Amino acid sequence: MTSASASELKPIPWKLHLSVLAVAIAFPFVFPSSFMVNFGVLALFYAFIGQSWNISGGFAGQLSFGHVAFFGVGAYASTIVQMRYGISPWLGLPIAGLAGAFVGGVIAVLSFRAGLKGSYFALITLAFAEVLRIVSNSIGITGGGLGLLIPMKIGAENLQFAERSGFYFLILVLAAGSVAVAEWMQRSRFGAQLAAIRENEDSAKALGINVFAEKVKVMLISGAIGGVGGCFFAQYFLYIDPLIAFGTDKSVEMLLVAMIGGAGTVYGPLVGSVLLALVSDVTRTLTQIQGLSLVLYGGLLVVIIAFLPNGLIDLFSRKRGGGKAGSKK
Amino acid sequence: MDANIIAAAAINGLLLGGIYTLVASGLTLIYGVLHIINFAHGSMLMLAMFGVYYLLTLLGIDPYLSMFIMVPAMFLLGYLLYKGLIGRLSSGKDENILLVTLGLSILIENLALMFFKGDSRTILVSYSDTMIEVGPAFVPLPKLISFAVAMALCAALGLFIQRTDTGRAIRAVAKERVGAQLVGIDVDRIFAISYGIGLATLGAAASLMMPIFYVSPTVGHVFVLVAFTVVVLGGMGSFLGAVVGGLIIGLTESFGGLFLGESMGQIGISLIFILILLFRPSGLFGAKT
Amino acid sequence: MNTTHPLSRRLILQAGAASAVLGAPGILLAQPKPVKVGLVHPVSGGLAYSGGQSRMGAQMAIDEINAAGGIKAMGGAKLEALLGDSQSRPEVGVSEVERMEQDGVAAYLGCFASSIALPATQAAAKYNTPFLIDVGASDLIVNRGLKNVFRLKPGFGKCVDDAIVALGDINKGAGGLAKTAVLVHEESEFGTGTAKLLAGKLPGINIQPLETIKHANPTRDFSNIALRIKGLKPDLVIMSNYQNEYVLLARTLAQQKVDVAAMFSVLGGGFNYKLVKEQPDVAHYMMDFNHWFNPKNAKAQALKKQVEAKGGLFTFEVYLSYNCIMLYADALQRAATADKEKVIAALASSTWMPEVMPYGPTKFVNGQNEGGRGALLQASKTDIDVVAPEQFASAKPVYPRPKM
Repeated sequence: MTSASASELKPIPWKLHLSVLAVAIAFPFVFPSSFMVNFGVLALFYAFIGQSWNISGGFAGQLSFGHVAFFGVGAYASTIVQMRYGISPWLGLPIAGLAGAFVGGVIAVLSFRAGLKGSYFALITLAFAEVLRIVSNSIGITGGGLGLLIPMKIGAENLQFAERSGFYFLILVLAAGSVAVAEWMQRSRFGAQLAAIRENEDSAKALGINVFAEKVKVMLISGAIGGVGGCFFAQYFLYIDPLIAFGTDKSVEMLLVAMIGGAGTVYGPLVGSVLLALVSDVTRTLTQIQGLSLVLYGGLLVVIIAFLPNGLIDLFSRKRGGGKAGSKK
Repeated sequence: MDANIIAAAAINGLLLGGIYTLVASGLTLIYGVLHIINFAHGSMLMLAMFGVYYLLTLLGIDPYLSMFIMVPAMFLLGYLLYKGLIGRLSSGKDENILLVTLGLSILIENLALMFFKGDSRTILVSYSDTMIEVGPAFVPLPKLISFAVAMALCAALGLFIQRTDTGRAIRAVAKERVGAQLVGIDVDRIFAISYGIGLATLGAAASLMMPIFYVSPTVGHVFVLVAFTVVVLGGMGSFLGAVVGGLIIGLTESFGGLFLGESMGQIGISLIFILILLFRPSGLFGAKT
Repeated sequence: MNTTHPLSRRLILQAGAASAVLGAPGILLAQPKPVKVGLVHPVSGGLAYSGGQSRMGAQMAIDEINAAGGIKAMGGAKLEALLGDSQSRPEVGVSEVERMEQDGVAAYLGCFASSIALPATQAAAKYNTPFLIDVGASDLIVNRGLKNVFRLKPGFGKCVDDAIVALGDINKGAGGLAKTAVLVHEESEFGTGTAKLLAGKLPGINIQPLETIKHANPTRDFSNIALRIKGLKPDLVIMSNYQNEYVLLARTLAQQKVDVAAMFSVLGGGFNYKLVKEQPDVAHYMMDFNHWFNPKNAKAQALKKQVEAKGGLFTFEVYLSYNCIMLYADALQRAATADKEKVIAALASSTWMPEVMPYGPTKFVNGQNEGGRGALLQASKTDIDVVAPEQFASAKPVYPRPKM
């Protein structure tokens, strides 16, 4: 992903981080209705899993079409251990993270060992996600086609908050954490190495960077975040099945929010997620005619790409001297 | 297992593969030349299939005959889409074109929903259920026809690419864009032509598929993943690859279903996809990068 | 409380006098507020057709009630439809529920797919808003102990039981000629659940399930499954799948001349007028146990004409939604209020008789109506008939079907 603008962005000042955090914390108090809090939860949720995509796709330039694999694995991992072994869903969060990281590592090692890049890597991730979907549809432990319904036991200890705001603050903490990870990546040597890999892998190798190891590392982190997102989703909706867990919908969504917002930027996924959630909600009210809402949604996507090729972040970074969009062939 | 059943499964697989080949051939051309993964491919196939459906139900034109209308129509659509939209928005970044084709596919699918409504439709023509005996298998005539025509079209496309001036220009642009420009080839026009041909193949595929299949706004999804697998297996940019890849995938799906069950059997396609990418990413006949 | 507080009595008298002065209904001041019903259907995405049909059925019922003067016990209050689109995705369904709650909805109708119904009903449960399930096969929907959920149509457990009885009867009537069956089902909740239940109960009517074949959603080609079935030579093929695969499979079986006593389906997704219209030779003699209207009921026939006059098809989604609205209207009438708790109580104690269906009077147990039932259907080249139970039948069954 040649978001050259990203590498030329100066690191975000602490004041901006704190302001965004303050707005996010204030949100459910300013808009306490369940509808708005739900909106906030979903916006932050997609920002969170979008960040998972962004870390590997935006920062490291490893485009993926199968990121839902981490999400699904995390969702099933935490749900299965909860329902079969009575393990608390709070523990399910790190378990899901580990599961996601594991799958991320496996896919990374296999794919990067074989030297896959660009479209090839993107397509193989799609295939892995599809394999997971088919398998989860056929084996008993995942409930097969019937899916898994988490028994309703309202209580914070079961990660089933009585009020939506409970979920909101949880996902806020998670999203903030993912932003922190992204920020750390941007400022650290690791991030610089990833940027070098993103720009030109061969040059990076020539500079002495262990490209393979760094790419695997970034997929581990990305997978972990995706996995945690899966656990959260399962707890929020209390039902998963192979299509929900591994369907291409979420892969597309994760990719979209990051790219529309600005791939390779710390707040890209959040910006993209909020915008797309708004567009989706607004267009959905135009539902008298079947399909009209999504026509507008699709049209808007095309328009945004047309005018803001680097994503919405362009609106914010124009003044900061966004870089040229180079064409990598 | 009965040898007859295995033989019949092989025949069914090959016939199925013929369809996949045709759908994949457009995709592989578009990728080979424009280096874009055409996410809109599935929805374009759907549009073409609706075209065939309405040509039959409103004007009484036989689906096979409508091919002569659909192919040029889809070519024109592709050409104009490229010139008017995709080419303009590409501004050099591959990933953005991806998003454009993704946005396009959402747009088109839901426009179809708005205008054609969500129901699935099938057609019935006089030869829909004519069965032909092929070895141990009974095969519906339309399937045989689509196999034969798909192979013929791919051969024709291959010849076009090899022998004609435009074809040579296309190959030049696919291989070395800047160099092609330097020798005076209008690269943008070649891109538009390639995208047009890519969609034209879908016009043919639609004509061949309607007697066998069904059409609905979301029918594109049913073939997209398989088409990608064929392209990757055969090698991006290779027509021979699309043919061989399509047949292999058809056989895999057929035998996978036979031995693993039709649900789990689908895994064969994804596994092949993964294995090819891991061990031979350029595919069977693709150019080694 | 027998004594009315003097203050409120005065208010009542005043209000009565005021309305007498203001006169007949129709004057804006006396118009009661409309009762908002949220329709949460997948009108876009993969389930768009079914979502659209469900929405149409609900709107027909709402229009009919309003045209007849609204809910009399509530002063002629009209029903107002809040249109929603779950886009065939569970999380969007939940968002729609929240949005409509914000807009003051009094009840929900939805969701077609079980995977959407499960989280959507839960979201509504927080507000104790009654949720009427029009379509949604999974029994998980009603087994969670949520007080606000009401499913008028029978769940697939009941449908399978009734289907088994119907099949058993028809087989016995023909001398028990079918002894084996192959089950084919789609891979998600609906197909897997149905097939599992069927496989367990078939031996009880002396039919052995030889094999259960699961197929993917979507499946592009059924040639091999047809081959397998041919090799097994069962007396019956029993299918449970969605529209597209149902039609493809049926066509393939017909083309391959798979000779069976009957092609039977339980809750067959593609068994409808479209199949008869588009593929009459394939549809001919196929049997399905499904939700269906009562063909002997005049109102049902009138509704059918109404839908067909608009160029649509009278599919099960239409009348199942229609009935849910009528059920709700009846509850409103009996409760004389749209208050959620009172309506839930009215629904729970409802004995409403859905005249357009082959049902008995409504009786909800844990949110599931026990008075509902499906019917055994058979297609001819031009129409679909109910062949059992006898009191609703419009034709006699042809079993076994003639050899291909």
